[in-house]
Amino acid sequence: MALQDKYQELLNTAKTVGIANLQVREQENVLYIDGEAPSGTAKDTLWNIYGKIDPDFRSGDVVMNINVSTMIPGAKAQVTTDKSNLNIRKGPGTDQPIVGKAAHHEIVTLVSKTNDQWWLIRTDAGEEGYAYAQYLSPQG
Amino acid sequence: MRKNSFSGILLFVFITLFSLSACGPKDSKIQAAVETAIRNNPAVTGIAASVHDGVVTLSGECKDEASKSEVESEVAKVKGVKKVVNNCTVTPPPMQSAPVTIAQDDALLKNVKDAIKSYPGVNATVNDGVVTLTGDIKRVNLQKLMMSLQSLKPKKIDNQLTIK
Repeated sequence: MALQDKYQELLNTAKTVGIANLQVREQENVLYIDGEAPSGTAKDTLWNIYGKIDPDFRSGDVVMNINVSTMIPGAKAQVTTDKSNLNIRKGPGTDQPIVGKAAHHEIVTLVSKTNDQWWLIRTDAGEEGYAYAQYLSPQG
Repeated sequence: MRKNSFSGILLFVFITLFSLSACGPKDSKIQAAVETAIRNNPAVTGIAASVHDGVVTLSGECKDEASKSEVESEVAKVKGVKKVVNNCTVTPPPMQSAPVTIAQDDALLKNVKDAIKSYPGVNATVNDGVVTLTGDIKRVNLQKLMMSLQSLKPKKIDNQLTIK
């Protein structure tokens, strides 16, 4: 229970921002937090609090896996790379050949989810392929 | 017409008065006794009772089936109660958390390699679900890297990165 005390603010905020299917488990000195955020902003809020309680994520005592529930097939997502283009690949994996690129801040369409890491996407130019989910932020 | 509806109203008033005088005081007396019985049972709180013609309807939440039937039999003992309709619901026990799933090392390693690919300078090893990060990273990228690594179902992330 000690970890739940340490991360009390994070767990309380998870409830106030409306994380669905929230699961909090403590096992072998690691706190596992899973759930679905109603928006990308809610997810970012949690990560900012996590980073405040554990500066630079040094403790290794949390594994937080929050998905954004608005990331659904048919929805639009923005490419949120640092500044570079986002590679669109033939298959879900960085070992797959690059078949296209989506520009930084371009809006693309989510086609289907392969797993938590990879989404099949389509650009307005009609390019279709797999992109890394980390660089896609749901719109609206 | 007017006469007819007037006598209709009059009849209604009489019936109402009659039924009130016949059952009203008795039901209210039963109600008071039932409420005392419920209050005296420490196992239940927040149970409401309504009485009509000696039939008691209970509503509210009980903590388990045992206390639900217990309160019912207590109420049934009250003098004047003909029947108990027990509409109490039992509060479900808190949801059991699913066990933590940890990814298999080979799948985890593949996903970790995908995740760190965009961050040159970052190295990672995977051993029994534990991801150990070495090398260096820019501070602005650290949270993003952590967000993607922690979604891969690792057991733990050991961050030994030098932050620039």
